Amino acid sequence: MENKEKEPLFSAKNIKLLKNPLGQDNPITVQVLGICSALAVTVKMKPALVMAISVTIVVALSNLIIAAMRKYIPGRIRIIVQLVVIAALVIIVDQFLKAFAFDVSKQLSVFVGLIITNCILMGRLEAFAMANDPWPSFLDGLGNGAGYGMILVIVSFFRELLGSGSVMGYPLFEKIGLYKIGYENNGMMIVPPMALITVGIIIWVHRSRNKNLQETR
Amino acid sequence: MKDFSNKYIFIFSAVMVVSVAILLSLTALLLQPRQAKNVEVEKKMNILSSINVTSTKENAEELYDKHIRELFVINTDGKHIDGVDAFTVSLRAEQKKPLAEQSLPVYIAVADNGDTLQIFPLEGKGLWGPIWGYVSLKDDMSTIAGVTFDHKGETPGLGAEINTTPFESQFLNKSLFVNGSFVSIQVVKGGADPGSTHEVDAISGGTITSKGLEAMVHDGLIKYEKYLSQNRK
Repeated sequence: MENKEKEPLFSAKNIKLLKNPLGQDNPITVQVLGICSALAVTVKMKPALVMAISVTIVVALSNLIIAAMRKYIPGRIRIIVQLVVIAALVIIVDQFLKAFAFDVSKQLSVFVGLIITNCILMGRLEAFAMANDPWPSFLDGLGNGAGYGMILVIVSFFRELLGSGSVMGYPLFEKIGLYKIGYENNGMMIVPPMALITVGIIIWVHRSRNKNLQETR
Repeated sequence: MKDFSNKYIFIFSAVMVVSVAILLSLTALLLQPRQAKNVEVEKKMNILSSINVTSTKENAEELYDKHIRELFVINTDGKHIDGVDAFTVSLRAEQKKPLAEQSLPVYIAVADNGDTLQIFPLEGKGLWGPIWGYVSLKDDMSTIAGVTFDHKGETPGLGAEINTTPFESQFLNKSLFVNGSFVSIQVVKGGADPGSTHEVDAISGGTITSKGLEAMVHDGLIKYEKYLSQNRK
């Protein structure tokens, strides 16, 4: 820590903080955190994208704030302090969505509020921000938010494509005339259990391609 | 992490709670006018869509002023009540009052084809939360010219289908009255009789929402029964 002033903003270590959560340290597929919202908001791509952005903002900022005041937070009430920071940020995000993106906030309904209970946030604060400087913590938050968002967008892409035949609300299957030849949307993709199965398939693909993640017998 | 004294912990929590409270109230206060505007515009869009006028967030206000001619509040006897703003009447609050004291809003509108339509707001319960909607009736006070429904949090793909065009368009040209008696609209499970003028298909997998919607249409409109009979042309 004594050479921290000399460390460049985007040192190899910091880049790793940003990149690892996207792949081998992904919050959803590897740490299996935040599954609940991944099931709930991935029916369509647009709410999933807004959810991803909201979570990224909240996790990055709460990491930054907690890391900045970590030396002053009494250990005995640290969980409460973390929750207050997260809850305040989530309410602010929610208020902004209601004012500037009303349609989306209606679709997300309670799930914005439920960001507070997203395990990724508490997990990152406890595991990283409480022990690291603000800047690396901020990057760690961005990385984890992006890793979470990436899975959300992938899951919602397949669910929207197969369940509603559209991409980002654009009726793709209708435009290419798939319905005329007898194709029908799979209503099952819309219900939450299929999100779980989609996440499961992503985890399977991810593990089969990454030797580090496979348990050795 | 070093150990802090109890005094420090108390002061820390107090400062934290007060600053967060100030921050949150400021945000809420500053954004409140914008949020209220969004809710109002959405309500106007819903009302417009019940007379089959499609509007966007941008032109909703303008179209609303163009199409909506008059709005007033009546009681269950069909008499006008003065001094109540129909637009801000909360049906949920009204439903808790005794029937005779309830204020029932009516909107008089002119459709794109020049017909004068009357719009009646509805509010009821779905499976997970409130559902609401607007029904517009033609001159005969029985034939439905258009409906729009919405919900707070019905199951996507199932109950949530009530706010989609395929479901709503079923209500077009259905009749609330048969030979002068109020029959409302039945939401039928397993397929409505195509020839019937007061049956629509329920949503498969959305039974409770469908039932809630049927009850909402019936209970909401029966309060207007006298008004509808008196103003029939």
